Amino acid sequence: MFQRRTITNQLTFFQKLRSFDFILMGCIFIIGIISCYSMYSTDGGELLYHSKSHIVRFFVFFVMMIVLSFFNVKFWHSTGYLFYIIVLGFLIWASFYGITASGSQRWINLYFINLQPSELMKIAIIVCFAKYYHRTQVSDVNSFKNLLLPIAILIIPIVLVISQPDLGTSILIALSGLVVLWLAGLNIKYFIYSSLIFIISMPFVIAFLEPYQKLRILTFFNPDKDPLGAGYQIIQSKIAIGSGGLTGKGFLRGTQSYLDFLPEKHTDFIFTLFSEEHGFTGSLLLLILYAIMIFRILRIGALTRSYFAKLYCFSFASAIFIYIAVNMSMVLGLLPIVGSPLPIMSYGGSSMLATMIGFSIVMSAKIYNKQVIS
Amino acid sequence: MISGGDTSFRKLNTINRRMFIISAAKVVVFTGIVARLFSLQINENKKYLTLSDKNRLREWKLPPERGEFLDFFGNTIAGNLKVYQLHVVPEQVEDFKYLMIRLKDILEIDDKQFSKIIKKKEKQKPWETLVVSENLSWDQFSKVNFYLHELGGAKPVLSVARSYPHKENFTHVLGYVAQASESDLANSEIIRKNHVPGLRVGKIGLEKAFENDLIGSNGIQRYEVNAYGKRINQIDYLEGKKGKNLRLTIDTEVQKLANELLVGKSGSISVMDIYTGDVIAMHSSPSFDPNLFLYGISHKDWQDIRENPLKPLINKTVAGLYSPGSTIKPLVALSALENDVISPKFIVRCTGKMEMYGQTYHCWKKKGHGFMNLRDAIKQSCDTYFYEAARKLGVDRLNKTGLKFGLGEKVFGKTFIDEKKGLVPSTQWKKDNLGFGWVLGETLITGIGQGYIQTTPLQLCLMTAQLANGGYKIYPRIRVEKNQDTAEQIKAKMIKTAIEKKENENSTISPIRRAQDFLNIGQKEHTVLYRNSENIKFVLEAMWGSTNEVRGTSFGSRIDDKKYQFAGKTGTSQVKKISERHRELELKAKDVPYEERDHALYIAFGPYKNPRYALSIIVEHGGSGSTTAAPMAKKLFKLIIDRHEEREKIIKQNLTIS
Repeated sequence: MFQRRTITNQLTFFQKLRSFDFILMGCIFIIGIISCYSMYSTDGGELLYHSKSHIVRFFVFFVMMIVLSFFNVKFWHSTGYLFYIIVLGFLIWASFYGITASGSQRWINLYFINLQPSELMKIAIIVCFAKYYHRTQVSDVNSFKNLLLPIAILIIPIVLVISQPDLGTSILIALSGLVVLWLAGLNIKYFIYSSLIFIISMPFVIAFLEPYQKLRILTFFNPDKDPLGAGYQIIQSKIAIGSGGLTGKGFLRGTQSYLDFLPEKHTDFIFTLFSEEHGFTGSLLLLILYAIMIFRILRIGALTRSYFAKLYCFSFASAIFIYIAVNMSMVLGLLPIVGSPLPIMSYGGSSMLATMIGFSIVMSAKIYNKQVIS
Repeated sequence: MISGGDTSFRKLNTINRRMFIISAAKVVVFTGIVARLFSLQINENKKYLTLSDKNRLREWKLPPERGEFLDFFGNTIAGNLKVYQLHVVPEQVEDFKYLMIRLKDILEIDDKQFSKIIKKKEKQKPWETLVVSENLSWDQFSKVNFYLHELGGAKPVLSVARSYPHKENFTHVLGYVAQASESDLANSEIIRKNHVPGLRVGKIGLEKAFENDLIGSNGIQRYEVNAYGKRINQIDYLEGKKGKNLRLTIDTEVQKLANELLVGKSGSISVMDIYTGDVIAMHSSPSFDPNLFLYGISHKDWQDIRENPLKPLINKTVAGLYSPGSTIKPLVALSALENDVISPKFIVRCTGKMEMYGQTYHCWKKKGHGFMNLRDAIKQSCDTYFYEAARKLGVDRLNKTGLKFGLGEKVFGKTFIDEKKGLVPSTQWKKDNLGFGWVLGETLITGIGQGYIQTTPLQLCLMTAQLANGGYKIYPRIRVEKNQDTAEQIKAKMIKTAIEKKENENSTISPIRRAQDFLNIGQKEHTVLYRNSENIKFVLEAMWGSTNEVRGTSFGSRIDDKKYQFAGKTGTSQVKKISERHRELELKAKDVPYEERDHALYIAFGPYKNPRYALSIIVEHGGSGSTTAAPMAKKLFKLIIDRHEEREKIIKQNLTIS
């Protein structure tokens, strides 16, 4: 009886619940709690605007993730293109009617939330590509016809996001897309060619960059050149992390952050704050949590049956890893400063929403791992 | 269904293989991030911890509290006054320009002062305190407080500043303080170390001489500041050390009297303990109010001081050079006696003038003194006698005696930077410095304290003291320090050296004694300055005669009361050579233009029976010593001797305390 039901994919609620990946969920939850209390620290040990809204968002989106997990993975497959088109629509909307803040037109007003569609695009592009390559034959992947459409799918949102302007997110969207293309089996020579073209075109691209973006890249190579100007963020971030030491300065005792030396401590530099207060030990613990999380996603991808779910899981795991790596390298002074949030930890509703949707698809791939998608 | 098992397999194969490659890359990147974390947080932790502390901790140096000056009786003569100041820390002000314009209006700062403040601000670091006003009047202070809510960043604070309660009385002794200049900072390490904007340092006098003792040390406030420089909380407060309080040997009452006596005149009075060398009073007139210099002297006040023909800026006691005139005669007499050139019985006939080497040398008394012996010559200050005595003595022997008694040498050494050496001429000196040979006529006028010889008033005082104590070397002092010898101890030492001297005369110097001498180098020895103590006694007795006997030059200023009785020697030193025509006219002092009038001098010691104090008085262009200077001595001795007991009381108290 039980067996047959499984085969016919008619799962009871409890069966679904049992096949839930509790370790993955636990990791997400713990990181979420850490993020909430780091946010509490950025507010100087009080429940102020940032911490309050972050806590509310985390719990709302976390519940939403669990609910969405029970959607059959088939649903995501069938709405893959639609998801992409809706987010693309939001992006176009944003470029016309978007809300401008700190010199960038990124947000659209959905009345209950100010949405940053570029964050959702990070997930949408993966879902879209996963659906696209689900059907494509291996032999067709590298055909010219099958190359043109994915490139168009990838380039359009990137151009839109760059024009906002938002270099960081567009790079992350590009990397997410490229990861899927790589996993789908795109010939390695295309990657080599395109990276060659990229390197050659670098000087021209730089010529088109906004002055502040150019400055950031230059600053990365020599942060001490202008320590109070462009190099300030990198220097202060390194000081904060470095001064944390083995065990950190203690909760709410991160002097760099509570005395406001640390810029953007809610968003991009949340890891810096955490690392200052909890030191090497805390940072390593957080990194391990992220590592377990990524490992669990990969495991789900490996166990799942459908190619769509597998491709999605692998791509999503890699994308999440890229977000984390880019963010941490940035705050550790290993990469130039580009706006890139740390998944779950950073303040920001859209980023949280996108990440949680991404996880819910993974969860559903776990629950419906026997699901066959035609 | 995925079409075709083969393609499906190939697809899965591709994705798994490529996922593996990515995973490997992930491990590498992950390791890289952990390594970076490790290097920042573990390896370079110290460096970044320091940087973070440098970020958040900022020190504010507080101005050190300057030590005070006390007189011998412990009264404050240079203290610290509480003043209201207005401070602004530019970094903490939102709109600095606006604030300054408001303050300019409220405090009624003039344009010149205003641009000075702005300039000062540009030199400082933005978190350093800018002192907008150093001394707010009560009016300004209350006005600022009234508008304070509109003056974000302006802070009225209570601070300390130097004050000289006795105003012009101690100006030349203490000097004054003013804002530290570039050269002050360059020359003194201790000033550099303790410097804060607006720090006052000694510019001259004892304020400068004892700067290292007086300055104290900074208090330090350490604050935690945020990224915008706002003070969040105080981490640390190190209290500064107040500078040492220095007690001087000066008696304010005597000093004040000296000032009163010289009001409106240009000159100097010094009083000294003949045993301890304690300077009881030391005044140079005219003086000025040193408080004027505290907050930057106004242009008008400065002009007044600088252009005053009586030259208030010169500390005449140590930096004024005068021909000693007849006040040198006791020393000339002593020198002649010591060198066996004359005996007290040596007689010269004074006719009022004396022809020698084709020149005429006049005695001050036109008619002449008649037959004079040495005692009378000192008493009546007969010039002719001393021409003759000097001629027999020769300038080089006089030079030796002069140097022995402290002429031609700085009395305080380095204490007063403006102190002058004076000059006791010798043949060698003239050859070396002027290139000419010594002319005998010059010996004659040196014998009456004219010509090349130049002394400071303090030197004359020291010379008198060293005569009055029986001819022993003393070491003038102005600062009271622990374990200083008392007069009794010094007296005992003097007696001891006198006895040793006598013993030595009878026997050749023993090797033991020599070794003792060697060991005692550096100790202040009260060396014997005479060859025969009878000679000193004779000179002192003659000086007594000069003051206390009829026909003595300062007979008019005598005190008969034995308790106050003093002995002295007048002096009138010519500023200009008197021409024959003028001599004929017998001009009275008041008929001569001020600059050409004689300087009036007087040296004295008292009480005669048991001498303790010596003094010297100089009144520039004051006429004759007997009419101008000697009467001052009378008033001074009255006060000095009246205060003697109180002084002794203090000394006894201090002895029992320590």
